[in-house]
Amino acid sequence: MDIFTTEFILGHLNYWLFIILMMTGLYIVISKGNLVKKIVGLNIFQTSVFMFYISMGKVSGGTAPIFPLDGVYDPSVAYSNPLPHVLILTAIVVGIATTSLGLALIIRIREEYHSIEEEHITILEDTVFRTENLPLDGKGGSI
Amino acid sequence: MLIVTAVTVVKTRSLFAIVALSGVFSLLSALLFITWDAVDVAFTEAAVGAGISTVLMLGTLALTSRAEKESAKSNLLPLFAVVLAGAVMFYGTLDMPEFGSPETPVQTHVGPDYLKRIPDDIHVPNAVTAILASYRGYDTLGETAVVFAAGIGVLMLIGGLRRRRINDDDKNSSDTKDTT
Repeated sequence: MDIFTTEFILGHLNYWLFIILMMTGLYIVISKGNLVKKIVGLNIFQTSVFMFYISMGKVSGGTAPIFPLDGVYDPSVAYSNPLPHVLILTAIVVGIATTSLGLALIIRIREEYHSIEEEHITILEDTVFRTENLPLDGKGGSI
Repeated sequence: MLIVTAVTVVKTRSLFAIVALSGVFSLLSALLFITWDAVDVAFTEAAVGAGISTVLMLGTLALTSRAEKESAKSNLLPLFAVVLAGAVMFYGTLDMPEFGSPETPVQTHVGPDYLKRIPDDIHVPNAVTAILASYRGYDTLGETAVVFAAGIGVLMLIGGLRRRRINDDDKNSSDTKDTT
């Protein structure tokens, strides 16, 4: 294919790196049983999305979107797009809020089940469910 | 380096090391943000991602356990799903504009307009601050609401921890009294 020139590969390498990072995070989330590890995987996933946004706002040869102190906009200077930066600032703070909520949930789960491993918790749930629904008089459970 | 860090997180079993690595990951990404001109994002990421979230995770570890247990689950299905999703996204990037190009829709839509208007409208030298606090002020208000809700949620979830523990101890001691 003629699209795979060196220029094309260099121009798209950043996207591929984000995909690798994002998929690593996703893999941690779905394949690991430990809840804290899952949260870390979620953070990696999240950060790779942030990097994707910021890289889209970058202009080659551009500078940070901060004006000189006299406050005059000079159209000849290339500024990187400030809009993705704003969005990601908000997203980072919301991300830490959800992370802290997840960690609080983990602490509660640990208190209730004495474990932070998903498999162990599932087994415990099953046992609790079965013992609660034992047939009392041979005619079925009491749900 | 970021990828190496992420892959090490997959392999490592000690949760303490994983939390430290996640801090390293945040710091590296902050460096990356600086090279991409996003200085505000970089210092937020360094403070929040590498600082606060590491502290929160260490706190969680102190209250729970240190090591990850061996998992009996098969890794093949998740791996397959991940590779598939990655391949689909890779296909999607083939149509993406080149990195750093000034002619992308991102650069030609409202971005330059904001940059042109900010010195006259807001009189704040930092464009990110101007947009965050003024043009997109409602977003920031919503963000504050989210953080507030999350804070209340955390307090409700773990706030009664000590009280419940004391209650449990009382119950246990009265149970032992009954049996004796």
